[in-house]
Amino acid sequence: MIIANNVSKQFGKLQALQNVSVTCNKGECIALIGPNGSGKTTLIKSILGMVVPDSGFITFNGNNILHHWQYRSEIGYMPQIGRYPDNMRIVDVLNMMKDIRQHKGAIDEELIAAFGLEELKQKRMRTLSGGTRQKVSACLAFLFDPQVLILDEPTAGLDPVSSEILKEKIIREKQKGKLVLVTSHVLSELDDLVTQVIYMQDGELRFHKTIEALREDTGQEKLSKAIAHVMLNASTL
Amino acid sequence: MKKIIKYVMADILRNRIVLVYLLFLLVASFSVFSLEDNSSKGLLSLLNIILLIVPLISIIFSTIYVYNSAEFIELLVSQPLKRKSIWISLFIGLAGSLSIAFFIGVGIPVLLYEANMVGFLMIGVGILLSIIFVAIAMLAAVKTRDKAKGIGVAILLWVYFSILFDGLVLFLLFQFADYPLEKAMVGVSALNPIDLSRILILLQLDVSAMMGYTGAIFKDFFGTTTGMLISLLVLLTWVSLPVWLSVRNFNRKDL
Repeated sequence: MIIANNVSKQFGKLQALQNVSVTCNKGECIALIGPNGSGKTTLIKSILGMVVPDSGFITFNGNNILHHWQYRSEIGYMPQIGRYPDNMRIVDVLNMMKDIRQHKGAIDEELIAAFGLEELKQKRMRTLSGGTRQKVSACLAFLFDPQVLILDEPTAGLDPVSSEILKEKIIREKQKGKLVLVTSHVLSELDDLVTQVIYMQDGELRFHKTIEALREDTGQEKLSKAIAHVMLNASTL
Repeated sequence: MKKIIKYVMADILRNRIVLVYLLFLLVASFSVFSLEDNSSKGLLSLLNIILLIVPLISIIFSTIYVYNSAEFIELLVSQPLKRKSIWISLFIGLAGSLSIAFFIGVGIPVLLYEANMVGFLMIGVGILLSIIFVAIAMLAAVKTRDKAKGIGVAILLWVYFSILFDGLVLFLLFQFADYPLEKAMVGVSALNPIDLSRILILLQLDVSAMMGYTGAIFKDFFGTTTGMLISLLVLLTWVSLPVWLSVRNFNRKDL
């Protein structure tokens, strides 16, 4: 569904991505894992077209994303740090998105109810706490029932109850056969979520394996332990 | 695209600076016209205010607005929208609201006191200047990532177009006083939209008789229909070139 081919990106002197090639298919739930600054967010932003790669290309359903901006209607994106116009209210942001997307199919407002955002709807974005802002981002990502979900640190800043709600929602969407791309540093919560793991370091893709293969290779049952094993033995891979 | 323009315009109207700008222009125009007994003289005083204030407000307000909309732009870029249409909508929203403010603030008083060829020309030129400086501001804002630097660049650009450019021209004129530069001056004036606008309007007023030999050459060129059309074309280039460059830049910008 999404194919990245030899994508490279440089920010000044920093090589953020170096010849990264990935293939993501429908029904997969892929965890993007790597230390800080390893290029996970840059890769995600490249897929979304927010960062333009220096070389290489990315295709979505066979179309190069450089020329087919419509593909973004199939993607729900939850940024790491959601930034919204300060003087808009939550309800304005939601309405604006609905207005701009012109979505024909179903509107999925399940999360708005689950997070209890109904009562906060009249609040201005600048008055929101980081967690509430994160909830708005999550609602926007799921709102248009997209085929692909790209979640950058979805549970960072959420309280345990909300993060459980979000996790269950992700699992439900995955079971509908959607492609889910998720990054997180809290590996324990990825355990019952992901089917594949992409490990990145210094802008390079180190491996892309199914979770079973990773468990076999490292001999560890838990993802967090498996990744720790990988990080310690990085040179052997 | 219409939708984004709608949101941008609504946002600008909510932010009261444009309203204050409109009121200022309104007060300035009415007071200038009621102070002078001859409304043609009033037009001249108004011209000087317009040539100073309109570019200043347009360039600074637009630059700050573009920087403050960073979140809005970021949000839109991840949506199924063409980058080009996001940027053009932002431009139309800004240029539209500033032009409307100018039209109400200056256009209405001018139409009331001096509804003739010169008045119309002045309204047209003022609106064009608003649009030109919005375009320049957007180019400055897309080129510089840092907000403080970007606003600094915008102010410097205004200083250049309003003050420095005239100084440079005077300097050149004195240095090359022995050469016939009158015709070249017509070309040089195309390099600054403010000067071009000033010449265009001054030549329609009686005071142009006092501008000497260069004035006569200018009259020969700008006084004709062809000259007017060429200057209009030059002013339109001052809009389209920065817009085109900024769109190209924005298409490749990393957010």
